[in-house]
Amino acid sequence: MLQEEVRRELISILGSEHFKDDPQSLVTHSYDGTPMLQSLPDAVVYPSSTEQVSQIMKVLSRHKIPVVGRGSGTNLCGGTVPVQGGVVMVMHRMNQILEIDLENLTATVQPGLNTKQFSTHVESLGLFYPPDPSSMSISTIGGNIAECSGGLRGLKYGTTKDYVIGLEAVLANGDIIRTGGKLMKDVAGYDLTKLLVGSEGTLAIITEATLKLVPPPRYKKTMLAMYKDLYGAARTVSKIIENRIIPATLEILDNATIRVVDDFAKLGLPLDMEAILIIEQDGDEEAVERDIAIITEVCKSEKADQVSIAASQEEADKLLTARRSAFTALARLRPTTILEDATVPRSKIADMVIEINRIAKKHQVQISTFGHAGDGNLHPTATTDARNKEEIERVDEAFEEIFEAAIRLGGTITGEHGVGMVKSPFLEWKVGPAGMEVMKAIKSSFDPHNLLNPGKVFAKETRKRVVIQRG
Amino acid sequence: MANGQTEQMNALTEKLRLRLDEDQLTNCMRCGFCLPACPTFSETGLEAESPRGRIALMKAVTDGIMVPDQAFEDQMNHCLGCRACEPACPAGVQYGQLIEQARDAIEDHKEHKTWVKVTRKAAFKTVFPHQKRMKWVGRGLKFYQKSGLRNVAHATGAMKLFPKHMRDMEKILPDATGQGVVEQIGERHPAKGEKIATVALFRGCIMDVLFTETNIHTVDLLTAAGFEVVIPRDQNCCGALHAHSGEAEGARDLARRNIKIFKEAGVDYIVSNAGGCGALLIEYDHLLHEDPQWRDDAVWFAKRVVDISDLLVRAGRRLDFSQDNTPGDAEPVRITYQDSCHLRNVMRSADAPRKLMRQVEGAQFIEMKNADRCCGSAGIYNITQPEMAGQILDHKMEHVEATGASYLLTSNPGCLLQMKHGIEEQGLSGQMKAVHIVDFLHERMKK
Repeated sequence: MLQEEVRRELISILGSEHFKDDPQSLVTHSYDGTPMLQSLPDAVVYPSSTEQVSQIMKVLSRHKIPVVGRGSGTNLCGGTVPVQGGVVMVMHRMNQILEIDLENLTATVQPGLNTKQFSTHVESLGLFYPPDPSSMSISTIGGNIAECSGGLRGLKYGTTKDYVIGLEAVLANGDIIRTGGKLMKDVAGYDLTKLLVGSEGTLAIITEATLKLVPPPRYKKTMLAMYKDLYGAARTVSKIIENRIIPATLEILDNATIRVVDDFAKLGLPLDMEAILIIEQDGDEEAVERDIAIITEVCKSEKADQVSIAASQEEADKLLTARRSAFTALARLRPTTILEDATVPRSKIADMVIEINRIAKKHQVQISTFGHAGDGNLHPTATTDARNKEEIERVDEAFEEIFEAAIRLGGTITGEHGVGMVKSPFLEWKVGPAGMEVMKAIKSSFDPHNLLNPGKVFAKETRKRVVIQRG
Repeated sequence: MANGQTEQMNALTEKLRLRLDEDQLTNCMRCGFCLPACPTFSETGLEAESPRGRIALMKAVTDGIMVPDQAFEDQMNHCLGCRACEPACPAGVQYGQLIEQARDAIEDHKEHKTWVKVTRKAAFKTVFPHQKRMKWVGRGLKFYQKSGLRNVAHATGAMKLFPKHMRDMEKILPDATGQGVVEQIGERHPAKGEKIATVALFRGCIMDVLFTETNIHTVDLLTAAGFEVVIPRDQNCCGALHAHSGEAEGARDLARRNIKIFKEAGVDYIVSNAGGCGALLIEYDHLLHEDPQWRDDAVWFAKRVVDISDLLVRAGRRLDFSQDNTPGDAEPVRITYQDSCHLRNVMRSADAPRKLMRQVEGAQFIEMKNADRCCGSAGIYNITQPEMAGQILDHKMEHVEATGASYLLTSNPGCLLQMKHGIEEQGLSGQMKAVHIVDFLHERMKK
């Protein structure tokens, strides 16, 4: 509960309708999309302008009260769980498209804007905003920026960071900064825009963003290839790239996922396949047809058991069903679904999938893997039950080993979900002690009193890394 | 807080703990995919007004994080029960069951004001469970409408004694009847041509009083498509209004009686023409899954339940919809469709009505934006939550108008009344009519 004085000050800025601290509001802002995390805030505020955000931050920093910025709360790293209480700042009222600049091909938007709505609007103008996180129908642009969301198109088109070229943000002390602009080139000082993208609400509250738009592809083709040999699938991925082809999507499902998906969607998939690749290419018709022909040859040369190319959008949708149902099928298997995003260089995909399978077997937990093979971003997904403490411990141990394996293979603990609370004990494994010191120094120069999303990114203690020596 | 009040709340906590299905609460992984599907979240933008939020509130109560206060009760009742969140849920959480369990616990616990108690008892225990008594209501309503009493009520301003939303509803009520479908056309109707299957018509309690014609037309469509139709005379209200209002035991009682009667009729299908009824009928197996004596029969029943559109498309002979009432060179008439939430989200039938509408010659089907969104009728929601229902209806009518359709079709009496109300309120009565899809198809069928 906030002190009466703070409540009064916040209400005078926001009006009583947009300040809430009743039990219902607190409970419904105590969680996000991350399993097994919950912590109640002291209040929830709904600002409507940058000016209000600035005034709120001035009050909160004067009283040293933590603040957590929140879009729709769909992240998977505990990024918006108010673990130290304080105020949750919901950005939904700041949801306008401020400008679409057709001369510069940019959009200027507020952070609470829904990603899907934005993407649909942009497409109606004959333009394209490629980042497509799976949660885009509910996520906000602000949340995507805070977490640097990826998606299926990451391989060819990049992720959120590649499309944010300017920001307005409010610092912990209430000061407003503007970074970048409608500029494709800008080297005036440190790149604060890129620094804020993916900073998980720990450096500033983002209040406006300028986004880069691109012309949309004119033509698209979808295909699917099945393999009895995981390495054949993995080599296909590398070979496609070696052939100087960057597909728009290049997804993989492992055997465990194939079994679950088939059982759920009754697709009649052959269950003896070790991997399925789903490949899409877009661009000009001629180039797409040429690429698909080459990819088909690559698949065959790597002994794909079956290769299907969609002749129509309807057929393409059918081929995509397996990938689209992966999450749903896994989520229905057991009550709790823990979806991680360990990422490796794409040449190491097969090694990583085999490591994951070995680790799952060792700890006797159920982990299925699917994900973005083209950019090495895998989603090992544990299906378990939060009520079974002993099993959850084994899942935790397994994931710890999976993170370790990813780093050993030259990868990272998180490709697109963010560090948040879930992966903070492992961050040092990736960035090293010196890296941690630099990050901490950056954090304290932005937010000296540690009020912005405290308890995230930096763990109290780094997990001791046990490097497994094998072979 | 007074001690008495605290005790009351703790008692409610206990009731919720007993009623709420813990597995379903755990299955919600809080991914948030339900949020864009939820009408009350869309209207308010508040997390507490979303399925994820409501489940979190239920779980917080059972986990002891929160005491269920008045705001909690209000929030549970604020849900439309449209269940659009269920097809959107990756984890397959049975939200509809959770919200009914919560309401059941609340209702069980509640001390209603005397007049509410009397009204609820009259409606849920004395009238709805007895089809004969529903007919008295029908006759009473008919007398009111035909005797001039209605004119007197309007002229003297007596109607002003009722809240505005009830006055509005009264205006659009169709002419009631005390003669239901069985009384008018009898119990058994042979198939035209070769018989495909025998089906029983579930006539519905409100349907049979306010929309008897629609029931008669349903029989005509079914027999024309090759089905023999029986209408068991002693069938009852499905129990949906009970189940959605926290009267689960009343609903179970009606279910048992209906199962018995339809089992005796020995039919291949049980056909409903009201999405709201069909959705409960198809879940009789869930409703009675803890009743060992009735469990198997409930499964037998639920498996046979099907909506009229679905059955026509799935198993019927193709009907000839070439009856053209318009002059030869006229433009095709534009028709559009408002989904019944329960038909779409629970019976999972969205394609069949659209397929049938596209078969009608001389009619052009226009898909309405957000047709899959609740219209705000939601059983008796438009009476209990008039403000939110009104807000939702206003947005709905913008989309309705944009279609430029002359016919707005739907598959459930509640939706139909709400659409009629919307058309009246927006002053569109001159250009557009809300009609049950069965009546429209019947009018266009070559007889």
